[in-house]
Amino acid sequence: MRTEFRKFYRPGVLWALALLAAIAGTMITTSEAQAEYGDVVINNHSDAAGMRPVVFPHWFHRVRFRCKVCHADLGFKFKAGGNDINMVKIIDGQFCGSCHNGKVAWAVDSCDLCHSGKPGTPTQVHESTINLLVTPGALTPAPAAAGKR
Amino acid sequence: MVSTISRLPVLILLLVSMAAWAQTARQWLPLAKDGIHDPRNPALRLLQEPAAALSRLPADGAGNQVNWVHALERGVINPRTNILPETQVMVIDVDIYLNLRGGTPIVRFPHRAHTMWLDCTNCHQQLFASKAGANKLSMEAMLKGEQCGVCHGAVAFPLTECARCHNTPRNQPLPVGAIRGS
Ligand code: HEC
Ligand code: HEC
Ligand code: HEC
Ligand code: HEC
Ligand code: HEC
Ligand code: HEC
Repeated sequence: MRTEFRKFYRPGVLWALALLAAIAGTMITTSEAQAEYGDVVINNHSDAAGMRPVVFPHWFHRVRFRCKVCHADLGFKFKAGGNDINMVKIIDGQFCGSCHNGKVAWAVDSCDLCHSGKPGTPTQVHESTINLLVTPGALTPAPAAAGKR
Repeated sequence: MVSTISRLPVLILLLVSMAAWAQTARQWLPLAKDGIHDPRNPALRLLQEPAAALSRLPADGAGNQVNWVHALERGVINPRTNILPETQVMVIDVDIYLNLRGGTPIVRFPHRAHTMWLDCTNCHQQLFASKAGANKLSMEAMLKGEQCGVCHGAVAFPLTECARCHNTPRNQPLPVGAIRGS
């Protein structure tokens, strides 16, 4: 076991350190409030329009649909906030509206079920801590937005 | 006698921390406390709590704390493959061996575990060219959310799970006919 471990980390102490930092980071952050892994907040327009930001839970949807349903058939790009979704498109049956149409799932009139985010939460995907260490500040709002407060 | 007494607090501390560890092992925050949902939203109670759904699925230590590969393979969940009737569903069972020249264990990339969930076009040809060895992969790019890191670190199990990708010992010969990537 020990030799296995050593073998794994042979190429660089740096990696081991990064890993330790990641574990320490996870321990610190799990004690604070933290969204479920894979939750996406979409807030390109909502705040400005006086609506709560949208929270899209991956865990809930992937129990019911494979990734390809949304990311191949329905054309959702792999980028939080990267699909330029709005209500006109949804009511027209695109994006969330392909299913939230009263047939596959409940219809658009349940505004608060999608628009359930804390006002002011920036567009983001709740990802793992190690990624945040490599690209620090990924979750902090853009300087312009912060300056407005 | 003295030594037994002085050891007691240490023992208690150990047990308490083990209990605390067992507690943190599988726990999901309620939506109202997760930092992104608005607790004042009256419709919040209509949403499903992660614990209600995820505690019934095969356990894992990271991400959603669910082993999604097992959940699907064992039929615990059966997510729909399509909503458009004309969609072609294709699963292939081809493993590609990557990281053949590195120092960490070899990476066996399983097409099966991926194509059970994903379409070929989700990876080919933009993320990866479909030719063994044709892609220049790097752990650093993945940590920045590129290549394998597009999904692993956002939705699929995170990059902290080194051994799930670096899953093949370097000191044993690869199976006969193994497809070798980079
Ligand atoms: C199925 C989920 C869903 C439901 C239900 C829903 N929305 Fe939205 N809505 C979205 C998404 C996703 C966006 C894009 C969010 C963004 O980028 O800020 C959006 C954007 C908006 C916007 C800003 C952009 C625009 O189109 O003007 C408004 C306003 C809005 N929704 C109002 C509503 C109202 C009012 C209802 C209820 C009648 C509603 N929404 C129901 C998902 C939903
Ligand atoms: C019900 C539809 C749906 C399903 C099923 C689904 N996704 Fe998504 N996915 C989305 C939406 C919506 C977004 C956010 C897009 C946006 O904000 O415009 C997203 C975003 C993403 C992103 C981008 C996150 C980032 O880094 O910005 C990744 C990666 C992703 N999904 C992977 C997956 C994987 C892997 C699966 C299967 C296990 C999956 N998705 C299943 C709808 C879905
Ligand atoms: C492939 C179909 C599909 C797409 C696309 C889709 N949903 Fe859903 N969604 C569903 C289904 C099915 C349910 C469950 C409905 C039910 O329980 O009656 C659901 C439920 C939900 C829920 C409630 C979860 C809970 O806790 O009960 C939210 C929130 C939601 N969707 C948001 C969205 C948003 C936002 C989008 C677009 C970004 C979206 N969905 C796109 C199929 C879809
Ligand atoms: C999603 C799968 C995945 C995960 C998880 C993953 N890796 Fe990798 N890693 C790869 C792939 C693929 C390569 C191969 C790059 C190549 O072919 O050159 C690689 C290459 C590397 C390399 C450079 C080559 C070498 O062996 O010296 C190091 C170091 C490394 N990984 C360490 C780690 C560590 C440490 C972790 C856990 C924190 C980790 N990896 C988690 C897929 C992964
Ligand atoms: C999750 C991403 C992913 C998905 C989905 C995926 N592939 Fe691949 N595929 C890869 C990677 C990574 C490689 C290895 C490339 C390398 O070695 O550089 C590969 C290699 C290949 C190769 C080359 C094998 C060889 O012998 O040279 C073929 C052919 C291929 N894929 C076909 C498919 C088909 C068909 C599908 C859909 C049924 C599919 N792939 C789905 C990631 C994916
Ligand atoms: C388009 C999204 C996507 C990309 C890109 C991707 N994966 Fe995955 N991968 C998944 C999903 C979804 C699963 C299912 C498990 C999960 O969700 O946690 C998975 C599972 C795996 C498993 C199976 C683990 C097991 O327990 O059987 C391995 C190994 C793996 N990925 C390695 C890789 C490597 C190496 C790469 C890059 C060459 C890669 N993946 C790229 C989405 C992706």
